[in-house]
Amino acid sequence: MSFILRRLAFYAVAAWVALTANFFLPRAMPGNAVQAIMAKFPNLQPAAYQALEAMLGVGHLGSLWHQYVAYLGDVFTLNFGIDLSQYPAKVSTLLGQTIPWTLTLVGTATVIAFFIGTGLGIIAGWRHGGWLDRALPGLMFFQAMPYFFLALILIELLATRGIFPIGQGYAGGLIPGWNSAFIGSAIYHSILPAFTIVITTMAGWMLQMRNVMITTIGEDYVVAAQAKGLTSRRVVFTYAARNAILPQLQGFGLALGFVVSGAIVMEIVFSYPGIGLLLLTAVTSNDYPLMQAIFLVITFAVLLANLIVDFIIVAVDPRARTRETAR
Amino acid sequence: MTAAPPLVAGAAAITAKPQPQRLGQWRRLPVKAKAGAILLGVFVLAAVIGPFVTPYDPSFQSPNPSLALRAPSAAHLLGTTQSGQDVLSQLLVGIRLTLELALLVGGAATALSVIVGVTAAFLGGLWDDFLSLVSNVFLVIPSLPLLILLLGYLPQKGETATIIVLSVLGWPWGARVIRAQTMAIRGRDFVAAARETGDSTWRIIAVEIVPNEISLIAASFVNTVLYAIGASVALAFIGLADVNSWSLGTMLYWAQSQQALQLGAWWWFAPPGLAVAFMGTGLVLLNTGIDELGNPRLRDASSANRIAGRRMRPADPTPVWQEEAPSRGRLAGLAASFSRTSLLERSGPARSAPLEARPASGAGDRARP
Repeated sequence: MSFILRRLAFYAVAAWVALTANFFLPRAMPGNAVQAIMAKFPNLQPAAYQALEAMLGVGHLGSLWHQYVAYLGDVFTLNFGIDLSQYPAKVSTLLGQTIPWTLTLVGTATVIAFFIGTGLGIIAGWRHGGWLDRALPGLMFFQAMPYFFLALILIELLATRGIFPIGQGYAGGLIPGWNSAFIGSAIYHSILPAFTIVITTMAGWMLQMRNVMITTIGEDYVVAAQAKGLTSRRVVFTYAARNAILPQLQGFGLALGFVVSGAIVMEIVFSYPGIGLLLLTAVTSNDYPLMQAIFLVITFAVLLANLIVDFIIVAVDPRARTRETAR
Repeated sequence: MTAAPPLVAGAAAITAKPQPQRLGQWRRLPVKAKAGAILLGVFVLAAVIGPFVTPYDPSFQSPNPSLALRAPSAAHLLGTTQSGQDVLSQLLVGIRLTLELALLVGGAATALSVIVGVTAAFLGGLWDDFLSLVSNVFLVIPSLPLLILLLGYLPQKGETATIIVLSVLGWPWGARVIRAQTMAIRGRDFVAAARETGDSTWRIIAVEIVPNEISLIAASFVNTVLYAIGASVALAFIGLADVNSWSLGTMLYWAQSQQALQLGAWWWFAPPGLAVAFMGTGLVLLNTGIDELGNPRLRDASSANRIAGRRMRPADPTPVWQEEAPSRGRLAGLAASFSRTSLLERSGPARSAPLEARPASGAGDRARP
């Protein structure tokens, strides 16, 4: 339990750092960013001013400290104010519309990539020097490719020929809801984006799993298991892979940040209605409060995913339960 | 242009034709490291000589509409963009800018991670806790949204801003690894010996610790360069860069914003993306190669694990010679493998390779007089 508590404390610190950086960044930037923002929106609606208030704390009276406290309060009540560029919409509404798309797509694709990559890594590590192991450099080529570029290629190869839709999250004319037509369309539209994430991240999982697997196979307890005459299957999965997967899980949380970063740019290519596309509109229209809110949301999502992985680690790794795992 | 000296030095170390006495070292490098070095060498070469051999001015917009959006031809080897710019010229200039930026970020961030990692390991106690916490927090916060936020606030989004921002966010991973390694090395006898002889802490760090971590630092550098290429290209792609300069990212930005895809102009967006992918592959291969140098177990086992012509699985029990009529090839292989010279040949280099080959990992070349 102490492991989870320690991790919780760590995530609390990380969340606080993100929140604080978010608050002080515009102030620390040269040339008073807050004034620059306000100059960029001369005919700012009074209501939209609330967004600046919420994310930058400018409107709140009093010292910097009071602004900071008010900002924290706004964030905790999910009050991100009114959006600057899409005027009547609330920032929290915009976020609420886009988060489910990204969460479903990136979450599912990452889990799939993790399982396929780890599975292939087990095989490549076990059959060290086999064909799969030697195919690894080829897979690394996809890993080194920017996500959005693979997305462009896939669109060129598959979507422009009508096999898959070119972009968007669902077919035009459908109203989002829990009916089979909409869900079917959404899944159909998510195949290419998900495929992009799986292909580009798989090799990373595979390489790491293979390397740990090879080191683990050399351990005495694996040789002992083999000497006992256990089936290869049992040795591979129960003895070698069971232990080799722990570093893989610990790396999961850290890799997640990269996956999310790549995925949000990839969404732009597919015009996928997720948070990445929203981020692009925020960047192109200099909508700083929206950018800041998106940064917070993505960071918190990644922290939460890390916490979930920690629970899994506790469930799989007895050492994490008994001993403090330095990290 | 500040990156020119390291560029040239790197190129010489990696791609220069190995002299006879160094041929053995080069041959002993893992295949992956060689492939990665060659692949990278091509790009370094393109970056160094590229801007001097561009057939056209990359920004020149041809007024002749018949030259716009042309597929590759003899005059324009990689075709033209919608405004009649030559894609090959843009690519050659773009590789240089991207590589220059990535190497600068790699250097700066690696230096930071060495400083932080070694400091944390040496000071220990509260400082160690604090520095480790900071690097872990930066690791867990997704970098790209933070980069976007930082760059979004900067008044001018030039190359310098990108380099600084990427360096500031690129050090934690290396710092973590280097701290762990320093902790391990710090307790070794030779460090204790140096301390007994009265060496100052700085001297111990500079002479005893850091040289022993050179392969780790090299790996961290390669990783950071990879990260810098990916991040800078992604940032430029969404327009958070000086879009009037030519880098691989801005090329993709223009291709995307002028709808190269919808116009079917594959020659416009494919070259920069493939260049990024190949550069990245080269770096990943190089890194895997460095890994294999340090940990021979990870090497391709296809040749090393053959015993009497039979391929060994790593966890197979020790082979027992079976009384069966061996084929001619197997017999010959058996005879060869038991002859004295082959034993020497086989076990000799294989055993000593990891130790001797270590200095050949590029960065270590300088250590050798």
